[in-house]
Amino acid sequence: METVTLTMKDQPGLYLEADSITPDAFAGKKAEEIVDLPVYTGREQHRLGDFFEVSGTAGATPAETKIVVNGDISRVKYIGMKMTDGEVVANGNADMYVGAWMQGGKITVNGNVDAFAGTGMKGGEIIINGNAGNYLGAAYRGDWRGMAGGKIVVKGNAGSDLGTFMTGGEIVVGGDVDVHVATHAEGGKIVIKGNAKRRLGGQMVEGEIYVFGNIDVMMPGFAYREDVDVEVDGVKGRFALYEGDLGERHRKRKGQAIYAKLYQLVGA
Amino acid sequence: MAEYLIKNGFVFDPVLGIRGDAADIAIKDGKIVETSAVKSPKVIDAAGKTVMAGGVDIHAHVAGPKVNIGRNFRPEDKLFNCKPGHGIERMQGGFSVPTTIRTGYDYAHMGYTTVMEAAMPPLYARHTHEEMRDTPILDQGAYPVFGNNWFVLEYLKNHEIENTAAYIAWLLRATKGYAVKVVNPGGTEAWAWGLNCENIHDPVPYFDITPAQIVKGLIEANEYLGLPHSMHVHANNLGTPGNYQTTLDTFKLSEGIKPNSKFGRDQVMHHTHVQFHSYGGEGFNFESKAPEIMDYVNTHDNITIDLGCVTLDETTTMTADGPFEHHLTELNHLKWANADVELETAAGVVPFVYSANNKANAVQWCIGLELGLLAKDFMRVFLTTDHPNAGPFIRYPRIMKWLMSQEARDQQFDAFKHKDKVIEATNLAGMDRELDLYEIAQMTRAGPAKSLGLAHMYGGLAPGLDGDVAIFDFNPNEPYAPDDIEKAFGNARHLFKSGVQVISDHEIASNGNKRTLWVNAKVNENPQVMRDVKEKFLRYYTVTLNNYEVAGHHYVPNPYVIEVDATQ
Ligand SMILES: [Zn+2]
Repeated sequence: METVTLTMKDQPGLYLEADSITPDAFAGKKAEEIVDLPVYTGREQHRLGDFFEVSGTAGATPAETKIVVNGDISRVKYIGMKMTDGEVVANGNADMYVGAWMQGGKITVNGNVDAFAGTGMKGGEIIINGNAGNYLGAAYRGDWRGMAGGKIVVKGNAGSDLGTFMTGGEIVVGGDVDVHVATHAEGGKIVIKGNAKRRLGGQMVEGEIYVFGNIDVMMPGFAYREDVDVEVDGVKGRFALYEGDLGERHRKRKGQAIYAKLYQLVGA
Repeated sequence: MAEYLIKNGFVFDPVLGIRGDAADIAIKDGKIVETSAVKSPKVIDAAGKTVMAGGVDIHAHVAGPKVNIGRNFRPEDKLFNCKPGHGIERMQGGFSVPTTIRTGYDYAHMGYTTVMEAAMPPLYARHTHEEMRDTPILDQGAYPVFGNNWFVLEYLKNHEIENTAAYIAWLLRATKGYAVKVVNPGGTEAWAWGLNCENIHDPVPYFDITPAQIVKGLIEANEYLGLPHSMHVHANNLGTPGNYQTTLDTFKLSEGIKPNSKFGRDQVMHHTHVQFHSYGGEGFNFESKAPEIMDYVNTHDNITIDLGCVTLDETTTMTADGPFEHHLTELNHLKWANADVELETAAGVVPFVYSANNKANAVQWCIGLELGLLAKDFMRVFLTTDHPNAGPFIRYPRIMKWLMSQEARDQQFDAFKHKDKVIEATNLAGMDRELDLYEIAQMTRAGPAKSLGLAHMYGGLAPGLDGDVAIFDFNPNEPYAPDDIEKAFGNARHLFKSGVQVISDHEIASNGNKRTLWVNAKVNENPQVMRDVKEKFLRYYTVTLNNYEVAGHHYVPNPYVIEVDATQ
């Protein structure tokens, strides 16, 4: 695997829209070609090299390409958007849409990410070693196609509207989450190791939510069924199983209605 | 104005009866003229290319409140497809519900120059006109909806044709409307009670009138006035398996009524998006009844139809057929918008994904094309997608490809997941007919222009007609692949609108000088109708008459008024 290193040299005046920072766009290119890739601030088009020092050479394919982004990237959006393979390591706090519509490969953020990370994600892996903002693994505004595959791991906390319209894949949050979890979801798995607040699984049709800590208010559309022993993300424990959202339509499989499942840890 | 001479193109023009012969077309002062009438024209070399009149779309949803609801509640429709402005070309966005700017440009790129907005809620006519005003290049008109309007229901319950006609004349003037549109007659009003009208004799709650009385009465009122276009109907029971019987019953309501119009049309009923109305069978086993439908259409020359072809895209459905949109959201569980328009109509909007993997959608695709291939008279059968309901209008060139090439249809059949079941439920796989460009020019130009009563302006290349001319990179005398058809007719080389070159070498060269067409029908004084209008506004409407009428330069900066005298 070949590595390309980007180091921020000039902060953009406005936010930088840099959906060209992907192994797919870099593959087969030398540093002097990579600096010419387009980025946008507001309505203006610039070169990636206007903001970043670029060194190294990309691999022949996305799979053979690793990108390391250094410096203050808190105003850089769309890192790793739509990437299909390869690796991106962002050393710092990144702005919105990290790994949005990602299909494969791996993104590691050694810092926090702002909202919409993993929007509409289909595959691959995102590791966030800080906190995540709102709408992690959710659908684009208005869309009904949220995260469908792959895995997102957040070491810290996540914001609100986690996994909205999620249909597949897995999100693991090490800390706490804000309101609205898996709203409208039709599949997928969300593990919350800390505490949750309110509105978990509103209008959720299918899929799973696991909460290790407290839930401030349970949705009235979820009904307690039984206590079950489950192993999740390497933790074995006894969970209270709730099913819902009872106010929604539910598909049937072999004559049995399928419900979304919400598990809350009650004992080790 | 500049003079143009378009030389040596292969011309397809039903008005002149030219079927692909090389000919020269001259434009002067905004009109087509004899080639001898231009003195020092700018010469456009069209050798090896196809030349046709500007396209005329008789039915599309391109402006007004429900289109804008579609835009507002579908930000994802603009995802990754916005184009910044450059030069005179303005910023564009959207796929199935494009911005007004993209609407104008995309039609122009297909060689279209006139597009009718098919359903204008009268109360929101102002909004509709503002959007049409902001749609560049195209001449446009809008059809106010009448089929669930309280005035109409009350007058026609007692068969008061003269009062209905006076109300139509008043409303066309108030809303700057073009024609009489009917959507799910009575059914949309019934929807306010949570009901529907499922056949033409199903009475409307409270009003105690049937869809048959509404449709027949509106045809009679339309002919009483002698409007340019006929009554334009979307019948009851759209989209339901077995509905073809309702469609035939609706067609039959036109029997025995003679057209009364100075505008050259021969029909008294235009039935729109007939694909959605040609279903046999039940439930998921629905099947094509296109042959039964086209048997009727082919043998009755006082109706015209448009196809409403399914294009197998993700799109945004929108119609004044409120109960149907509720049915759709129950079916696909996607978001739904529903609106009631006071005394007049209603509307619903739901996104929809037509998929080649879905048997029902594939059957719908077949039915639309079957209707076209079974047609005998292309001056009465027009190409549409009921944009955006069965698919976005930008797919017209793809539909041309399917109608013109069995190979292209076979390719699509091979892409269907349930190919065998689809073939079993339809007739298309056995059809080897391939339309030619003359028939396409009838379906997209001369035919709709005639049906609209606008054959004196649009649809042909005869001297005296408007200077609307499209030139496509297509040589019909050389071998071509099916995809070449789609490519060429989706990207006109040059386009002239009213004598102005609006596309030059595939690029937008001018934003044109768009006109809004509306019909000013003069009728005898009718104190009763005027009293009824006043009373309804006082008692029921949330706005006053002063805030209702479309008046002034702001809404219609460049009107083209068609005068009709119905005083007797
Ligand atoms: Zn329509």
